[in-house]
Amino acid sequence: MKELPELLAFLRRRIAGDYDVDEFGYDAELTDTVLLELLRPIYRHWFRVETSGLEHLPADGALIVANHAGTLPFDGLMLQVAVHDEAHRPVRLLAADLVYRLPVLGHLSRKTGHTLACREDADRLLRKGELVGVFPEGFKGVGKPYSQRYRLQRFGRGGFVASAMRAGVPIVPCAIVGAEEIYPKIGDFPLLARALGLPYLPVTPFFPWLGPLGLIPLPSKWLIEFGEPIKTTPGDADDPMTVFNITDQIRETIQHQLDALRDRRGPAFG
Amino acid sequence: MTGTQTVLVTGVGRHVGARVAAVLAADPGIRVIGVDTVPPTSPERVGRAGRDGGAQLQFAQVDLRSPDITRVIAARDIDTVVHMSLLSGPARSRSAMKEHNVIGTLQLLAACQRSDTVRRVVVRSTTAVYGSSPLDPAVFTEASEPAEPPSSGYGKDAVEVEGFVRGFARRRPDVAVTTLRFANLMGPGVDSPLTRYFTQPVLPTVFGFDPRLQFVHEDDAVEALRRAATEDHPGTFNAAGAGVLLLSQCVRRAGRPTLPVPGPAFRLLGELARGLDRLDFSPEQVALMSYGRAVDSSLLFAELGWTFGYDTASAYADFLRARGLTENLPLAVFDTVAGLVR
Repeated sequence: MKELPELLAFLRRRIAGDYDVDEFGYDAELTDTVLLELLRPIYRHWFRVETSGLEHLPADGALIVANHAGTLPFDGLMLQVAVHDEAHRPVRLLAADLVYRLPVLGHLSRKTGHTLACREDADRLLRKGELVGVFPEGFKGVGKPYSQRYRLQRFGRGGFVASAMRAGVPIVPCAIVGAEEIYPKIGDFPLLARALGLPYLPVTPFFPWLGPLGLIPLPSKWLIEFGEPIKTTPGDADDPMTVFNITDQIRETIQHQLDALRDRRGPAFG
Repeated sequence: MTGTQTVLVTGVGRHVGARVAAVLAADPGIRVIGVDTVPPTSPERVGRAGRDGGAQLQFAQVDLRSPDITRVIAARDIDTVVHMSLLSGPARSRSAMKEHNVIGTLQLLAACQRSDTVRRVVVRSTTAVYGSSPLDPAVFTEASEPAEPPSSGYGKDAVEVEGFVRGFARRRPDVAVTTLRFANLMGPGVDSPLTRYFTQPVLPTVFGFDPRLQFVHEDDAVEALRRAATEDHPGTFNAAGAGVLLLSQCVRRAGRPTLPVPGPAFRLLGELARGLDRLDFSPEQVALMSYGRAVDSSLLFAELGWTFGYDTASAYADFLRARGLTENLPLAVFDTVAGLVR
């Protein structure tokens, strides 16, 4: 932990409101000092995340495209710790609108640097040279049943590829192994989920049977790997066929990465 | 400059309108006709206008909703119209406010369309036209389509007004039409629902939400309007101070206690407060207090070749200073305790 004077200065800034947030609401100081600090023990000791391929992250703007799994989006949080602590940069994730409808979650998401997955925000962040992360499978990926683990779902409409093209930044494929096992989803309450306005309400071996205890993620072993960047050309954004082809290419690359990484890891709870 | 320019300024009965009229009248080449339903309220400001501009500033009591405005424009050889009489606050009633904003603009633009002398029209609009919802991009540009356009109140009036202004610009392509979408005004003399909110002893907030807010300092707003009134800058432009402040930052900088209340209760509280004629927590205000809003003003700065002197944070700081809201009790307590620890 910090030295006392440093801590006091930090607290004083927080009480006085004397800190900056960017136009997306990103509060870098709060994220680094408090929020990521809470996630680090989970990253290091619970999931024992190992990150590789950091050399593939370029020095300026890029779009990280990753697989999505785990019922609750822990993979986004772990990706954030990985990029922040190992590449020493913030990663700006694009999140579903559901996040911004909900109290608490919405403003925490903005304060940690994330924003709504929409064309304007993606373009703006990439133009500013930020590292932007996206999970194109969306709810189809994060909410898929355990039986379909490590099988990539459909990749939206390729909007993220077009954004990277418009900004002329490379796309970095990223495979995350381990999130699939944290809440093995073996069932769903579709009616109740719809009544609550949620995309799904999962049944796992422990939830809802153990109540809040069932919300503790299982301590699977995680690997995160960044693959070789795929270059883009601005003019291609207006050519749907090129956008589709590159989207497919990225999807296949990540699927191959996932398969290889899963072999390397061995048993999930080993 | 060629000869004398005659500018009609609407909404001079209120603070920013009066300031724009005064600053224009201070230019020896400009004659200003100020109109409003009520004469300028602040005698100090009229006096100053008189001293700076002398006979260059004349006031005419005109209700924009009446055809009188046509006669004013025809009789005085108006060449520039600066329309800033849009009411944001709760007027006597919502229907009176809507009539003032919408019908008033219709009448004014109808008169401008008939006029052979009007060459330039400047409209003060608001970033409220973008609404505020969780589906919106973080930063609006002028080209952004809001996910949920405002369905009531000031924002909706402004959307309708902008629609009339676009129609007018289409029908009179020879007239340079500028629409400025201002963020919430801040400054020593500004009296708006938001400035009244920040001067409350306890600030109710929507539980679980921390909106991004943007302010524009009144000095910058006046200067932007002055430039738009004296040079041709056709188009629609966002006008907000750079950067954002979170509501939580605003209240901490003011050293105010907050009272987080769940969304529905916040609306109810707003209804009660409106009864007391203190605050305005209309549905669009509640949406702003939940989801916030930010805009990109770089188009305006590029067009004017000039940037605001205040960003969002310094505009807010100037407002706090002018209102004497500098006593920060939580900070004082902290400093005392920290002094003991050290």
